[in-house]
Amino acid sequence: MTRANPWRAVRRAYGRERLVRPYALTAGRTRPSGATIDMVALVTVARSPMGGGGAAEIMSELGPEHLRLLRFCSSRSSVADLATELDLPLGVVRILLADLRERGLVSIHQPVSAGLHDVRILKEVADALRKL
Amino acid sequence: MPYANSEQTGDRQTVPVAIKILVAGGFGVGKTTLVSSVSEVRPLRTEEDMSEPSSLVDQLDGVERKTTTTVAMDFGRISISDDLVVYLFGTPGQRRFWFMWDELAYGALGAVVMADTRRLADCFPSIDYFERNGMPFVVAVNCFDEARRYPSETMRSALNLTDDVPLLLCDARQRASSRDVLVALVEHAVARLSSGRHVTPAR
Repeated sequence: MTRANPWRAVRRAYGRERLVRPYALTAGRTRPSGATIDMVALVTVARSPMGGGGAAEIMSELGPEHLRLLRFCSSRSSVADLATELDLPLGVVRILLADLRERGLVSIHQPVSAGLHDVRILKEVADALRKL
Repeated sequence: MPYANSEQTGDRQTVPVAIKILVAGGFGVGKTTLVSSVSEVRPLRTEEDMSEPSSLVDQLDGVERKTTTTVAMDFGRISISDDLVVYLFGTPGQRRFWFMWDELAYGALGAVVMADTRRLADCFPSIDYFERNGMPFVVAVNCFDEARRYPSETMRSALNLTDDVPLLLCDARQRASSRDVLVALVEHAVARLSSGRHVTPAR
């Protein structure tokens, strides 16, 4: 991770302009760091960026989209939910989430496919759908 | 699927079980209609690397350096309880979108392949894909008012479906009808599981 804040350059280049290309939001990156993030993985806030040690440093590394994303994470949403809420491409949201995870700000709960082998869970799903 | 408690320790709150269902089929077959009749649907944007086949199809004159394409999927969510959420992904069925499907299919409960009797061939790529990947699927024939009706057996043989794949008639505009399609899929997955057949596609 570089010490220089890439967001500053993005903000300088675009000012208040809203028409920012998706990959400008990710400072040109196309792949998230760390472990793969499933589109239905659940995201929860692990800690506030304002609390704890190194708060000022962490805040200076985050862009406005990171902070927007963090605000939405408090509702325990899936990655796909967050992408639609923020109207950002899935790939961009994954990269921003990986940044937040790297700084210990969010927990990402990867789904495991065990539920698909559990007849009890599937029957519960069928029963619930019937009541729709 | 239940969630594994991830890298973060000390987080003991229960996380909901997420069930992922794919809705596939040709252009204009009623995927959006089906997803929106049972859930609140929102567009999910994906910006993906362009695959080789799509670069032949998509007109790139003047934008030769463009290597990504924006694909919107229909994304629906049915919150059954605090602990159980069903996610629906309506995905374009053309073969050139298959690059997105591998990810979508991973960990999915199964798929609904939608068909229109006037353009039956449009759903062949979807059926091909799910047969190959071993994921449970049902075929839902969307009964458009102006489309001719055929006996199930005729459609099954036209689609070359094996006996164990359920085929249903539906009206995607009707919530109850769309709901029945989803229930049929889940029951099919349960039946396959009970008969000991492998459910989760290998990645």
